Formats: sequence, structure tokens, C-alpha cells
Amino acid sequence: MTQAAIPVQVHLFARYAELLGHERVDLQLAPGTTVGGVVSRLRAMPGGDRLPARLLVARNLEQVGDEATVSAGDEIALLPPMSGG
Amino acid sequence: MGFLTDAPIRLEALLREVEAPDRGAVATFLGVVRDHHQGRAVRDLEYTAYGPMAEAEGARIAGEAESRWPVRVAVRHRTGRLAVGDAAVAVAVAGAHRAEAFEACRYVIEELKRRVPIWKRERYADGTEAWVDPTAAGGVVPVEGRAR
Repeated sequence: MTQAAIPVQVHLFARYAELLGHERVDLQLAPGTTVGGVVSRLRAMPGGDRLPARLLVARNLEQVGDEATVSAGDEIALLPPMSGG
Repeated sequence: MGFLTDAPIRLEALLREVEAPDRGAVATFLGVVRDHHQGRAVRDLEYTAYGPMAEAEGARIAGEAESRWPVRVAVRHRTGRLAVGDAAVAVAVAGAHRAEAFEACRYVIEELKRRVPIWKRERYADGTEAWVDPTAAGGVVPVEGRAR
């Protein structure tokens, strides 16, 4: 029996929201999916091919690497280079 | 008081949060909207933030400064549409002596610029717009989406 897909919210900001045409994407992922896997899904969306090769990603408000795994209900965010201040 | 605000920043309010009779040194930093960037005339700009993470990261940075130096820190960043001359960010640090106040103030603004998820979109005198991106050649990336 296959395990149920897990729901994950992905938030997009600034230029990345502009490139993909969305500020939020809801994904259903296979259990054990990594942050790198989430990024691959986004790259496959229209406009996603223009995301830069290296991306900053946050999971539940903290930056994580591609190898971090994603759990049900996690909030993932793609962060363009910061320009506050 | 929260880190992000959509209202004008008042430095006096931050000073009140950090001042105390045993803190004889107060250092402040104000980041103000400049009228030019990379040789182009800036009309105004807009800051957007990843609100919950910006709040968490702002609090973490203030906490780091307060544990590295014997100081109290207040820091605020504005979001929304800002005009030239408006304060975008303010830091106030109070300690017993000036060395720790200056060092902690510098630490907070440098870490904020590096780590807090806030993005600046500039609108120029000719009506075009760009995302500020310190990693891009020329420091900006033109806005391609629909004008807001």
C-alpha cells in the first residue's frame, strides 16, 4: 500500500513570485521528499525554469539545505537574495 | 513591539525602549531612502517581507547582540511604499559604555541586511521598476511582471 501524500505550503516572494505568477503554491508530496525535491517541483512549473541555480530555502521560518526533509504541514519558502535595510 | 511596521519609524520610541540610568552610551543607526541607486534617480520604493520569518530573525539578531555585548537593543524595519527621505530601518543600542554600543549597533544592521527576508523594489523617475538584488550584476533585476 502506498503512503498518503503529505500537504505542504510553499511561499514565494518578490521576484520569485513574479517569475512563477503565484505567491503561494500548495503541493502534495510523497513522504520523505526533501527540500531539493520541492525545488525540483517548482522548477517544473511554468516560469520555474528561470529560478536561479542556487536558492535560499526556509522550512518553518529557518533556512535549511536541500537535503532537509519535508513533513506534513511544513511551511516552505523560497527566498530571493535579501535587500532589506 | 514588533520588528516590522507599516507606520513611519520614530527613533525616539526606540530610544525609550533601551534607555536606563546605568546605560551611559546610546548608539543609533537610521537607514533612509536615498534618491539614487546605480546612477538612476529613485522616485520611491516598496519593501515586502516574509512577515513571520522576518519577525523571528529580527528577534534572533537582537538576542545575539544582547548576549555578545552587555547592551539593550531595539530594532525596527518598515514595509510598504516609502518616499525618498523616509526611514526604512532603525537600530538603537544602549550600554554602559560606547565601545559595546557602537559594536552591537553595527552587528545588528549588518546581520539584518544579510539575514532578514525583506525585499526592496525601486521605482525610478522614468517609471520603470527593479528588484534590488545584491547578488546581481549592477545590483538590480528589472521587474517584468504587471505593474502594481
